[in-house]
Amino acid sequence: MPNAFWCVVEDDRAGHPKKVMAEVLAEAARLSGGRAEAVWLTDRAEPDGLRRLAEWGAGKIWLVEHPGLAPYRGEVWAPVVAGLVAAQAPRAILGAVTSRQREFLARLAARLGVGFAADVVGLAMDGDRLVATRPVYAGKLLARVAWARPPWIATLRPNVFKPADPVAGREPQIERPTVTVPDGALRLAERREEVSTGLPELSEAELVVSGGRGLKGPENFVILERLAAVIGAAVGASRAAVDAGWRPHRFQIGQTGRTISPKLYLGFGISGAIQHLAGMRTSKLIVAVNKDPEAPIFKIADYGIVGDLFEVVPALTEEFKKLLGK
Amino acid sequence: MKILVPVKQVPDTATQVKVGQDARQIETGGITWIISPYDEFAVEEALRIKEKRGEGEVVVVSLGPDRVKEALRSALAMGADRAIHVNDPAFNEADTLLTARVLAAVIKQEAPALVIVGRQAIDDDMGAVPAQLAELLGWPSLYWVMEAAIDAGGRTIRAGRQVEGGLEVFEAPLPCVLTAQKGLNEPRYPTLKGIMGAKKKEIKDLRADDLGVAPESAQLSIVRLETLPPRPPGRIIGGDVREAAHELVRALREEAKAI
Ligand SMILES: Cc1cc2nc3c(=O)[nH]c(=O)nc-3n(C[C@H](O)[C@H](O)[C@H](O)COP(=O)(O)OP(=O)(O)OC[C@H]3O[C@@H](n4cnc5c(N)ncnc54)[C@H](O)[C@@H]3O)c2cc1C
Ligand SMILES: Nc1ncnc2c1ncn2[C@@H]1O[C@H](COP(=O)(O)O)[C@@H](O)[C@H]1O
Repeated sequence: MPNAFWCVVEDDRAGHPKKVMAEVLAEAARLSGGRAEAVWLTDRAEPDGLRRLAEWGAGKIWLVEHPGLAPYRGEVWAPVVAGLVAAQAPRAILGAVTSRQREFLARLAARLGVGFAADVVGLAMDGDRLVATRPVYAGKLLARVAWARPPWIATLRPNVFKPADPVAGREPQIERPTVTVPDGALRLAERREEVSTGLPELSEAELVVSGGRGLKGPENFVILERLAAVIGAAVGASRAAVDAGWRPHRFQIGQTGRTISPKLYLGFGISGAIQHLAGMRTSKLIVAVNKDPEAPIFKIADYGIVGDLFEVVPALTEEFKKLLGK
Repeated sequence: MKILVPVKQVPDTATQVKVGQDARQIETGGITWIISPYDEFAVEEALRIKEKRGEGEVVVVSLGPDRVKEALRSALAMGADRAIHVNDPAFNEADTLLTARVLAAVIKQEAPALVIVGRQAIDDDMGAVPAQLAELLGWPSLYWVMEAAIDAGGRTIRAGRQVEGGLEVFEAPLPCVLTAQKGLNEPRYPTLKGIMGAKKKEIKDLRADDLGVAPESAQLSIVRLETLPPRPPGRIIGGDVREAAHELVRALREEAKAI
């Protein structure tokens, strides 16, 4: 029997795995012929969180629950997981592109002396080796990459891989290995929470509404927020809007901001500079509204409206309200 | 206090990149090369820390062929004190792990108190080297740092990393690895004086032998580079604003099933 594919759990820091894990587990199960397992390092795992992992396809859950594991610190996590890897020899270790995992899985790969591929958008077996596809050069090219030896370690871009249909009522098989959690040098001094917008988090949102310099000022983002609230979208921005101080940097989409891959991206008053496209061109569906018919964003848009966003946004909001019965 | 900043030279995002002959590398003719933008934030932060303390040294390091001297010169023109160029064809196909091994060897020789790295290089977009470097050195690391301050004694750092939903501020004893996120600072432009001065600053050349790093084969390699599959042509929806909005919403629901 070939060894399992492991999925490192990304959680909401309150005991529940994030929904991106349904995508990672489904991909692991598909590639391994149903041998997907979860590895969860946390200070707190809720029973329904564990159940969710099983329903999403984790045949087994390696659970390490310890107060020293939160907040995440790479220097503390890496030796813990490396110890488990040495004992269990998984064939692959997959995670999601999140603030913790982008660092952690790279770090783990260095500890194990194996290859690491970040921000993968496609995975396929080629004989008995894994080949990953990932965007490079600001998304202008795709690279197919392969590992010299297992475990194959990678982070997967959220919203790209198809999640499994959950199998309701599946009982989690939990293993609690005995491990030593080292102390670590980093000490958390302070956590500054953002004021919640009530809208989804940008990097995992399925729908994203985004505004650029065409918005003309910070006050006008209100009309995008209204539209976003109707359809349940996150609100992002171009660098021009961020550099002007209209939106905080964490909302920036693009090469020097976040990379997103939503089901639907709606861009308003954004020209479509190459650095912006780098952060959103793998969106499944792209809609652009711009008053300039020559704006480059129309080249990659599936649907476009040439017009004044200050007229189009309210009209669209009304239409969405009608459609969704709000 | 000595601060070391690894900088990578990458194609300017505005230039076109084409798949090269062997399909594993890009065609390098006609490319404008720049310092990876996040590495400029890293250099800037190192310079600010030095200026604030009124003492210290900023050393920039790059691994790559002859052309990367230009990137090192730009960093020296910004104000870095000296540069190290690891130039050895044995590392031509280095992946992030081998790159981290090389940089870790330089760091062991230089023994800086702090290493500031870019969040990711905008050619391979991996964001892996800093974490791997920290792991090989056995140092703590903080990713996507938005603010950083060193205590007066130069022994500990307080730095905030960007995470989903907020900022986590950590304290750590030095040495430590930080990755610079946009928002950390605004990089300066080199002054004319800086550019002139950079010509006199030292760029030391190192090879694999000098570092004692065996040029092993990469753990992750590129099988093939490809251009993006073309997106199906889009549709511009005409008519007055109300009609267009109505048609767009209909198409999103009925054709694209996105809503
Ligand atoms: C190293 C580097 C990194 C970068 N990283 C990023 C990044 O991460 N993300 C990013 O976005 N950019 C990035 N940029 C900047 C990028 O090159 C562009 O400058 C930026 O994306 C432009 O933002 P914009 O489209 O909002 O503004 P503009 O290019 O000014 O476009 C505004 C658009 O709004 C339209 N418009 C104006 N008024 C209206 C109206 N009433 N109704 C409808 N349309 C209207 C205009 O026709 C125009 O097309 C980077 C640049 C560099 C050099
Ligand atoms: N060849 C290199 N020489 C110097 N620094 C590098 C090199 N490759 C990567 N780095 C550093 O590591 C960061 C992240 O690179 P990467 O993991 O390739 O995205 C870069 O921004 C640089 O600071």
